[in-house]
Amino acid sequence: MSTRVAIIVFPGSNCEQDVHHALGLVGVRAEYVWHHATDLGGFDAVVLPGGFSYGDYLRTGAIAAFSPVMSAVRHFARDGGLVMGICNGFQILCEAGLLPGALRWNAGLKFICRPVSVRVESEGSPFTCLAPVGRVLEIPINHFQGNYYCSPRLLDELEEQDRIAFRYCSPDGTVGPEWNPNGSVGGIAGVMSGGRNVLGMMPHPERAVDPAVGGRDGRLILESMLAALGRSTGGPSLRAG
Amino acid sequence: MEPVRFAVAVDVMPKEGISDPQGQTIERALPSLGFADLHGVRVGKRIELTVEAPDAETAEAIVRAACVRFLANTVIEDFRVSLVAAAPPVPSAGGPPGGPSGGGTRA
Repeated sequence: MSTRVAIIVFPGSNCEQDVHHALGLVGVRAEYVWHHATDLGGFDAVVLPGGFSYGDYLRTGAIAAFSPVMSAVRHFARDGGLVMGICNGFQILCEAGLLPGALRWNAGLKFICRPVSVRVESEGSPFTCLAPVGRVLEIPINHFQGNYYCSPRLLDELEEQDRIAFRYCSPDGTVGPEWNPNGSVGGIAGVMSGGRNVLGMMPHPERAVDPAVGGRDGRLILESMLAALGRSTGGPSLRAG
Repeated sequence: MEPVRFAVAVDVMPKEGISDPQGQTIERALPSLGFADLHGVRVGKRIELTVEAPDAETAEAIVRAACVRFLANTVIEDFRVSLVAAAPPVPSAGGPPGGPSGGGTRA
């Protein structure tokens, strides 16, 4: 049985077709799910794509977090389903309380759209299991509010529980303020839930799937997710294939 | 008892200690305009609304609940609720549609 991935579309989402295309390249036929949906039965994973849901009014992701579909996403995540929020999807997951912390305006008050290097930080998570810790991926960011904040206590917790998926870094993997594009606490580019089945990340893996346009490092994240699904359902693992 | 309509202002500010890039940028621009003595700029937002409730305490409790749940993100923001005044009465049924809203006069 082929893998079914839901791409949630909110009013103002604008990366859903890129995600659809990228998932297609790794062999998944994804389906668009309008934010009024209340059931995600039959899906193996859920992606919240980037964009400007509800025009970013009030706060980025704040209004989408109360869309009807988010109850279904919450149930899906609570049952251990894999949920990936990219950019605005990350902001929505934070606002919905499915991920800790919040995303503030970029420290330099600029909208940033360029490729950045991020280092894989988590060992064997569902979204990084095909990449060793320390592997540097080049993936574009495209945001105004990607400046991740969490309390120092929560940061310790995230580190202890190996829930930091990615940190911004130099091309050779050095993490430091000079490689942090937006001021995020700890240089965090992606973070996971307590069960590590919900990921939020500011970089856009779906925009790094083709060597002709920006490389293919983003595929590794999508393929990791599929490999993790293969393991959890007992199906053939892509890692072995 | 007839519910009273209260005009409410909610001020949402970045929490103490949380960076405020907008405030910092504005502060850096001030000296070039001759306002070198202005410091500590912080930028938040103000939300005005009306709420119907039997009394002021209930009105404030309703608005505070909305703030915690939605109007502010308490991870990074603090909020302050001020009841500005009793707003004009709710127009009776059959009155002009729409009626006075946020733009109405406040005593």
